[in-house]
Amino acid sequence: MDEKVQSTLLEIADDELILGWRDSEWTGIAPLLEEDVAFSSIAQNEIGHARALYELVARERGTTADELAFDRSPDEYRCAPIVELRLLDWAQTIARHYLYEEADAIRLERLKQSDDPEVAGLAAKIDREEAYHRIHAQMWFDRLQGEARFAAALDELRPQAAALLDSELRGEHTSELPDLWEEMTMVRRSQPAGTKW
Amino acid sequence: MIYEVFRQERKGQPLQHAGSVEAADDHFADVYAREQYGRRGESTALWVVARDAVIEIDDFVDELNRNYHRVDGYPLKEKLREARERAVSAKSADALSAGKG
Repeated sequence: MDEKVQSTLLEIADDELILGWRDSEWTGIAPLLEEDVAFSSIAQNEIGHARALYELVARERGTTADELAFDRSPDEYRCAPIVELRLLDWAQTIARHYLYEEADAIRLERLKQSDDPEVAGLAAKIDREEAYHRIHAQMWFDRLQGEARFAAALDELRPQAAALLDSELRGEHTSELPDLWEEMTMVRRSQPAGTKW
Repeated sequence: MIYEVFRQERKGQPLQHAGSVEAADDHFADVYAREQYGRRGESTALWVVARDAVIEIDDFVDELNRNYHRVDGYPLKEKLREARERAVSAKSADALSAGKG
């Protein structure tokens, strides 16, 4: 697997891990119980996808998925800034979800065309789960369409969604990533040196 | 809105009430019902019905007190006990007469 493919997979894996983490922040406090279950399940899926992608890259690089996910420093992550944002507003969260799924569908289609059967196979597998996410995002989009708050959230976030499909635009991280990284890697960093899992 | 969800576990089986979901409209009910009752391979089919659309009947009046139409409350236990006792005493009576012979 060439370096270019590896770095693309890593970008997507980082997006999925960080977004999964952010989405899971709604667990327990989503607008209603049914949504709580649905959105938590989506968050869990994203992290599962990240893991599968990390595993592919880890094998090429002689490392492990956990090391890729948690042992890099925040500035080594390749995620797009839009997934890093800690959004406390449901309209914004749904706007990001919608924009993300839109972009994710496009890049999964690209990956499904990959010459590497393993990459194409994994993309197809991920896409089957993403179909649920798209149905969910579309349902909220249809419902909130025309609401001023949602329209404003879409306008605000849409420019940032471009980086999901363009490596060149993945430059600077937001100032929110280091805090998230602290939280996300806390348990792993607390293990005494030399312990093996 | 509350929607009632019925699920079929295997093809050919009747759909049975699984639970309910709260949803803003039919579209949300569809997605939430799939999420709660369908996407882990536990159902082959779902029926999702707005609770308002269900015709509920729970007023079974019995004004003439025709409880003989029902089979509940029939004191079978007592009758069984009596029958058993009769059987036991008939047996011992037989044994006694056999001994005499």
